[in-house]
Amino acid sequence: MRFVDEFRDADKAHALAAKIAGLCEPGRQYKLMEVCGGHTHTIYKHGLEDYLPESVTLVHGPGCPVCVIPMGRVDDAIHLASEPDVIMTSFGDMMRVPGSQGSFFDAKAEGTDIRMVYSPLDSLKIARQNPDKRVVFMAIGFETTTPSTAMTVLRAAAEGLTNFSIFCNHVTIIPAIKAILDSPDLRLDGFIGPGHVSTVIGCRPYEFIASQYGKPVVVAGFEPLDILQSIYMLMLQLSEGRSEVENQYTRVVPWDGNLAALKAINEVMELRPYFEWRGLGFISHSAMRMRPEYAAFDAELLFQVPGVRVADPKACQCGEVLKGVLKPWECKVFGTACTPETPIGTCMVSPEGACAAYYNYGRMNRHRVVEVSIS
Amino acid sequence: MTGRTASDAGTGPRASWVDEALREHEEQEHEEQEHAGHEHAGHEHAGHTGAAMSRPTTAAPAREQQVLDRIDRARRRRPKVREERITMSHGAGGKATRTLVEAIFLEAFRNPLLEPLEDAAQLHLNGSRIALTTDSYVVSPLFFPGGDIGDLAVNGTVNDLAVSGATPLYLSAGFILEEGFPVADLNRIVASMKAAAAAAGVQVVTGDTKVVQRGKADGCYINTAGIGVMEHDVSLGVATARPGDAVIVSGPIGDHGVTIMLARGELDIEADIVSDTAAMNGMIADLLGATTGVRALRDATRGGVATILNEVATAANVSVVVTEDAIPVRTEVRGASELLGIDPMYVACEGRLVAIVDSAEADRALEVLRGHPLGEQAAIIGHIAEEPPGIVLLKTAFGGTRIVDLLVGDPLPRIC
Repeated sequence: MRFVDEFRDADKAHALAAKIAGLCEPGRQYKLMEVCGGHTHTIYKHGLEDYLPESVTLVHGPGCPVCVIPMGRVDDAIHLASEPDVIMTSFGDMMRVPGSQGSFFDAKAEGTDIRMVYSPLDSLKIARQNPDKRVVFMAIGFETTTPSTAMTVLRAAAEGLTNFSIFCNHVTIIPAIKAILDSPDLRLDGFIGPGHVSTVIGCRPYEFIASQYGKPVVVAGFEPLDILQSIYMLMLQLSEGRSEVENQYTRVVPWDGNLAALKAINEVMELRPYFEWRGLGFISHSAMRMRPEYAAFDAELLFQVPGVRVADPKACQCGEVLKGVLKPWECKVFGTACTPETPIGTCMVSPEGACAAYYNYGRMNRHRVVEVSIS
Repeated sequence: MTGRTASDAGTGPRASWVDEALREHEEQEHEEQEHAGHEHAGHEHAGHTGAAMSRPTTAAPAREQQVLDRIDRARRRRPKVREERITMSHGAGGKATRTLVEAIFLEAFRNPLLEPLEDAAQLHLNGSRIALTTDSYVVSPLFFPGGDIGDLAVNGTVNDLAVSGATPLYLSAGFILEEGFPVADLNRIVASMKAAAAAAGVQVVTGDTKVVQRGKADGCYINTAGIGVMEHDVSLGVATARPGDAVIVSGPIGDHGVTIMLARGELDIEADIVSDTAAMNGMIADLLGATTGVRALRDATRGGVATILNEVATAANVSVVVTEDAIPVRTEVRGASELLGIDPMYVACEGRLVAIVDSAEADRALEVLRGHPLGEQAAIIGHIAEEPPGIVLLKTAFGGTRIVDLLVGDPLPRIC
């Protein structure tokens, strides 16, 4: 299949793997963080780690949109959904994320009207078709999905729709990366930058990582060869003692981002003073809310939202996993009390979450598996 | 980082279901440790995080193996339905469905005939071997490219009988109709059932009709049950798979599921795909007539080929190793799956066979399948191995290896 198979060529992967191995200094350990959950998914889905030398470790970062949603926000959304005449809509990924009393799926079974949509425009369509209902879109995601929410609000405003609103949970990637860089218990050598986020924000926002923290960043695409090439580019920077922002995903990511998309976001939304991230705690200026001019579309103002904070379960070590301090299997409840069926931490919910990816795709002893493949 | 972190914020409401899950897990872990003997318990505590991080990396494989063993034990525990209400996941054919079936239905009805949880039960009646099965059909939309709920209801039950090694003979048909359902649609459905039954060589010999109030059903639901007679002297079952056996699929996977997803019209994607719904009893009779090497047959319906392979791995306590490049998938199905972020391995088929065959007979089996119109694109996609037991491994086209696990519920599209 065109545009897919050429990015999954095993021969090219072998060649790149050899070049990566050649750049490893003997005795040195390399820890590279892929920030984006989409990358985590690709890495596990294609078994990319099989190509890496043992001294190169990939750390799975916080860029999984549903993984960072705290339980309290899920509770708020379910509360909103159970208000009279409300139709709650959200992306499929969100359906199994647990709140303190259960997930959207559970709430749906209790009788609330929660529907899965593929785009916020689908929610808008539902609002048009149901003028006597109040349709709320639970907006989640990084800068990748924020523009589509903003554009949808602009369209709703232009159409004069009065029964459509946004429960805004959009987050921004840079403060999360900064929080990770400032975390004392962490040692990273470089970052695989988020490709889709960068189609919107461009590459410039990462420059502080290279200049102030001295860590190389390579913005990467989502096919396995994209990621392998990005690892090679990072290793090359490290071996040459450089720390720069480079763009591997040039076929999609413009250096300055997408100005029209940024303009739409800025028109409709503004930064919140702070926002709670699951596992990472409160981070300043790390999320978006609706501007007062668009209050008519802000579900947090139109409805009573309880806003009660739910403490992360003590046993759950999502925070350490998100920061890359622990590997998923090193968490005490991993795979036993916390599984994709009963996810205690959000890393276990989405296939982009580090724990779910490891549990679903990587739960095996690679040394034993290699023996099997050879025999 | 500003503000409180997760671990020091102990106040506020807590999720009681989490506490319960943890308590239950600890109790079971404790019990298992008592059984396993005390020397094991020391290692478990050594897995404490702070100490773990400072260890040399050479110890990691051993520690990881301990965790994997612990997970394996957790997965073998008796399933329990935790939800207070049925959710859509319980009907999706994955882990939630298996838990529901084992914890509620098998628990209540347990008997040696039900216990194998095969597609059909095998009964010995007055010296003959009979296969009995039942299935309900609630597909939406009722009419889709390549078929409708009518031929689906006949083919699905015929296939459940055929994969157990039986020759399908008679079906029952129960209809649950919603007030207001167009009679013209019912005529269309019944006509296609008639044609499907004729094609499969079975007769509908008994039936039932119920009408429910508008809003209490979605147009038309159909239940069919079927009986067949075991003519070949075979005893098929996924538990009989042995290391070395070949894994065969009879054609491209995922056609039906993707067709249905697109036919619902929610995606604004158009593709030239039709459902693969078909009765496979003719093809299966050819196969069983030509070789005695067949160990197990399954039709890959809900949950797709991945779910079948997991059933094999669990039931026979073997590993199933498949090669991504060898699995036939139509370009349209692959394209739609790539766009939606789902894996064709989990997508339903309605006329595709998964066969586990003795390696010595694999080429013969493949030749017979390919000689039948439904099996022209049959392929050997992998083999059974000894290690690691209970796990399905995929050698990816990219050249890596990964697990193919059961899904919890329906495959959910990823957002970005």
